[in-house]
Amino acid sequence: MVLVVALLCVIGFFTLFPLYYIVMASFKSSADLFRNGLDLGINPAVMSLDNYKLLFEDQNNIYLYWYRNSILICVLFTIFSVFLSALVGYGLGAYSFRGRNFLFVLVLIVMMVPLEILMLPLYKLIVDMKIINTYAGVILPFVVSPMAIFFFRQYVSGISKDFMDAGRIDGCTEFGIFFRIMMPLMKPAFGAMVILLAMQNWNSLIWPLIVLRTSDMFTLPIGLASMLTPYGNNYDKLISGSVLAIFPIVLVFLFNQRAFISGLTSGGVKG
Amino acid sequence: MANIKKLLYSDKLAPYLFVLPFVLCLLIFFLYPMISTFIMSFQEVISLNNTRFIGLKNYERLFDVHFYNALKTNTIYTIFVILTAIPIPLLIAVMLNSKLSRGKMFFRTIIFIPALTSVIVAGVPFRLMFGELDTAFINSIMNKMGLPSQQWMLNYWAGMMLMVMVHLWRTAGVNMVYYLAGLQSLPEELYESAEIDGAGGIQKFFYITLPLLKPILIYTLTVSIFEGYRMFGESYVFWNESMPNDIGLTIVRYIYQQAFQRNDLGFGSAIGIVLLLIVLAINMVQLKYFGLFRKERD
Repeated sequence: MVLVVALLCVIGFFTLFPLYYIVMASFKSSADLFRNGLDLGINPAVMSLDNYKLLFEDQNNIYLYWYRNSILICVLFTIFSVFLSALVGYGLGAYSFRGRNFLFVLVLIVMMVPLEILMLPLYKLIVDMKIINTYAGVILPFVVSPMAIFFFRQYVSGISKDFMDAGRIDGCTEFGIFFRIMMPLMKPAFGAMVILLAMQNWNSLIWPLIVLRTSDMFTLPIGLASMLTPYGNNYDKLISGSVLAIFPIVLVFLFNQRAFISGLTSGGVKG
Repeated sequence: MANIKKLLYSDKLAPYLFVLPFVLCLLIFFLYPMISTFIMSFQEVISLNNTRFIGLKNYERLFDVHFYNALKTNTIYTIFVILTAIPIPLLIAVMLNSKLSRGKMFFRTIIFIPALTSVIVAGVPFRLMFGELDTAFINSIMNKMGLPSQQWMLNYWAGMMLMVMVHLWRTAGVNMVYYLAGLQSLPEELYESAEIDGAGGIQKFFYITLPLLKPILIYTLTVSIFEGYRMFGESYVFWNESMPNDIGLTIVRYIYQQAFQRNDLGFGSAIGIVLLLIVLAINMVQLKYFGLFRKERD
């Protein structure tokens, strides 16, 4: 038992160390950091919040724009994506109609294709649609998620069709059945997909990197990536900006751990 | 009016309306770009509206050293990812699940936290720790042990190690959660009867745990290969401006470089088609040996 706990402590240490390192580094100017290295002890006398001040004093609060863009894109994407994917998954799972199996195979095929190979024509398309450098350009091409469709379809297949018939007898339209009867029954599936899609979107890199052209439209990962060059005081802002990008999400996670874990496992494995 | 009402109540028509978002997205954002990529891969794209067919010339250009390097880097990276990001989280999950461990929730929480970071943010502390100056953390330790400082980001294998480390750091928690879910669903009785038959801990692991976890292991293996061949961020965070001696050059980075930085969309498309073929081939092999078809037969 001592061995197991000791090993877990070692792994926990290696997991937390990079986070500790970047937090400690954020209290030091990067010039000082590169000249003298980082003292790992906590010594409030030499720790300063200057790097954080830099983030908010500079260039029309560009960092706050990144934060706002990240949050808005993530929220809008998640709402639309979960809703539309649920509609499709429900359609595929609850009804039998001509072409159902064919569509389902298409969902599986889209899941297997690395979407990076579509970047170039998608970029062309987004330019033609005049939604380059907009939220719509980031969100629209991937808003219907085949992974989520697959998951909702599996989930709906497990719900008894008697609920739907009961709704029909009570005079609901087919959409009434979906909104009033089936959606409440699909609540756990919605929870799982909200978490999974929001996590994926929050961390997405390559597509926003292509679509978002001006720095006031950047998301956090894109904005921070633009500071990866060691000119001026880029590193000061990169380090403190990274710390502030991590911790709110960690807090959200700590208070909703159960939802995160069950969302991830039901979405990933059972699907 | 009557028609609309009929439509709303029809369970023949309703499903087509439900699946409409997928059909539209498929046509506009999948099928059209797919065909477009395929056509562009046979073209010289001078500007977005000025193209010229050049036959297989883009594909002939794939026989260059850069594409070979990218393919090699992706393959080695994927192998390392499989060798680290599957066994290590599995070990953690088995330890957390055993009766011997204490503070299960605590460790699970800690190990999962890096999964919440974007790859850029995750790369920053690693970039700092493995800096090339003597004062950077790892080099300062090396110096204390009497070893010379290293330029980590300029060495192929050190660079590979950095990418694999960032990936492992971010994925260990996710895979651990998958394995834990799998372990918790295993029937307790199997282990009890194995104990009666005198099986030790290691025997139980290899003869009961591993075979029963096979579906989850295969799922994470599939994801690892898929992610390995489309890797972009783990390299971008270390070599965002230039890739000296093609360190960190992956297939997707090569597409990005050729198409968006050199405006060679035709060649970029040809690389994309090859990436598609690689991923589909791997998927087919997996489906054949482990996946869907197998499941249906059983």
